[in-house]
Amino acid sequence: MNTVAAPTRSPLARFATRPWIWSFIGALAVWVATIVFTGGKGAGEILSVALTFSSFFVIVGVGQMFVITTGPGNVDLSIPANIALSGALAMILMDGSNGMILAGLVAAVLCGVAIGCFNYILIRTLQIPPIIATLSASFIIQSIAIAYGRGLKIKPPPLLTDLVQAHILSVPLLALFVLALSVGLAFVLNRTLYGRAVTAVGQNPRAAELAGISVGRTRFLTYVLSAALAGLCGAMLAAFSGGASLNMGEEYLLASIAVVVIGGSSVAGGDSNVPGIWGASLFMYLLVTMLNTFGVGAGVRLVATGVIIIAVITIAGGKSSGRG
Amino acid sequence: MTRFVSPRVIRALLPALSMAVLLVAIFVIQPRAMSYFGLNLMLNLALPIAFATMAQLCVITVNDLDLSIGSFVSFCACVGATFLNDTPLLGVAVLVGCVGVYAAVGALIHLRNLPSIVVTLGMSFVWLGCSVLLLPTPGGTAPAWLIAIVKFKTPLIPFAILASIALALIVHAGLMKSAAGAVLRGSGGNPQAIARAGWSLLRTKVTMFALAGCFGVLAGLSLVGMTTSADANIALRYTLLSIAGVILGGGEFVGGRVSPIGAVLGALTLALAGSLLSFMQISPDWQIGAQGAILIVVLALRTLVNRAEARAA
Repeated sequence: MNTVAAPTRSPLARFATRPWIWSFIGALAVWVATIVFTGGKGAGEILSVALTFSSFFVIVGVGQMFVITTGPGNVDLSIPANIALSGALAMILMDGSNGMILAGLVAAVLCGVAIGCFNYILIRTLQIPPIIATLSASFIIQSIAIAYGRGLKIKPPPLLTDLVQAHILSVPLLALFVLALSVGLAFVLNRTLYGRAVTAVGQNPRAAELAGISVGRTRFLTYVLSAALAGLCGAMLAAFSGGASLNMGEEYLLASIAVVVIGGSSVAGGDSNVPGIWGASLFMYLLVTMLNTFGVGAGVRLVATGVIIIAVITIAGGKSSGRG
Repeated sequence: MTRFVSPRVIRALLPALSMAVLLVAIFVIQPRAMSYFGLNLMLNLALPIAFATMAQLCVITVNDLDLSIGSFVSFCACVGATFLNDTPLLGVAVLVGCVGVYAAVGALIHLRNLPSIVVTLGMSFVWLGCSVLLLPTPGGTAPAWLIAIVKFKTPLIPFAILASIALALIVHAGLMKSAAGAVLRGSGGNPQAIARAGWSLLRTKVTMFALAGCFGVLAGLSLVGMTTSADANIALRYTLLSIAGVILGGGEFVGGRVSPIGAVLGALTLALAGSLLSFMQISPDWQIGAQGAILIVVLALRTLVNRAEARAA
């Protein structure tokens, strides 16, 4: 797999050509700055917490990455609404009982699959840009989530909460699970027919079509994949935070797009990598941690986050055109 | 192929038609809404949405998308409720500076060929952060003159409607009927052609982003004039509403195809959707869903018209 780090003997230059390396360097720099500030205290804890929270970013980020890979204009804006609805659905179905965990998780993913199908039906039948299609869909999904999940006070099953918050040798179990998931998805992207089709469609849909790839089917599967991952994230997030809340997906719209870009994937599509999603997610979370450690207020933290996103894209981007 | 009503005309009439349908439905359910007072009540928050939609339209014209307009409008509202009231000169300077920042963002996007959604996404954090710094808790007071303007009682027709009509006509004249407007739209439709003909694409992009900034400022000020106090999250939903408004109004995502009059109608339609629901005694939970449904229905109708056109051709 080409996502495995190069052997130590190979020149550093070869390593630096990987588009995702910068996100890891950024994450490392931010982490070092934080522990220098704290005088070395809590370095491990910070990393452990960062791994947990980054895992949520990674789940939705990889889905968004697949969507963005399919070409300019493809983006899934329904992720936050999806997270809210799937999370609520999972909590209601599980109803706090350990026996229903699997059923709840499956239901959340199926809810995502249904949303993905709905998104694609809108894109296809109305022939509208995906941004508008997923936006309109998210309006409706959000309303359903509000009407269905208002005042929901169901606690997640204790076993699931324990699992999501468990650590193995101080590495969060959740991070290991998401790591396995992302390795699997990296394999799908780089080594399977479907994954190659996603990249081909993103590079040139017409050429892909002429080469015998069904562009419509590829895009359909991609929107379903992204939505299914968002559904899974919704259930996990609800389990992690002690119940579903309506606004728990809010920050994932910006985050899912930002991690794709910072991770070195092309916003114009056709060129993506999964490791970058991890690097960027860690970077995003560690950045917030660093600013918190420095004791800056919420306002400065937001401004700094925005400026850094723009700085990263200004330095790293600029090769590809298109709105993305 | 000559027909009595061409698909083109139908498409142009769609925004007006959808708003008319909504208004008729409201008047049927609640006849008392058909009055100066009723319209004023339903539409008083429509003006800021119309301004924000116009800002989004400027950006969409040059093939970009502004995901920061909601937080920008919030920031302008916060400035309106703080600096503009306490130290008017500083307030004006800040707002002018904001327009400058918008122009700079346009220049950055053009010069580095960056994806606008990511840059404006970053800017949305910046504006939100600035608003939080300015007003950590909801508060502030709008200047009395601003409140007086926004709540001005015009005879016969409510101020919000008159202002919206004026906005639509002014932008229509500037963007759709003038030579400069043709160049600006052209830079979205066929950038290469515009560049080869000797116009600066940088200048068109900066102009459109600066205009978007101006409309954003107007949206913030009209909003704070209405609410009289502000908070950092006051207009965050405008980002999505403004995109929906432009598309509802017949704008297309690429190619500089936009319609200022349609966009204002689209904004008013979205604003009215909430009133219709409350008259139908449907829970406000469904308000945003209804806006999505309206969007989908109108887009479906447009697709039907397009198909009819393709068949006729």
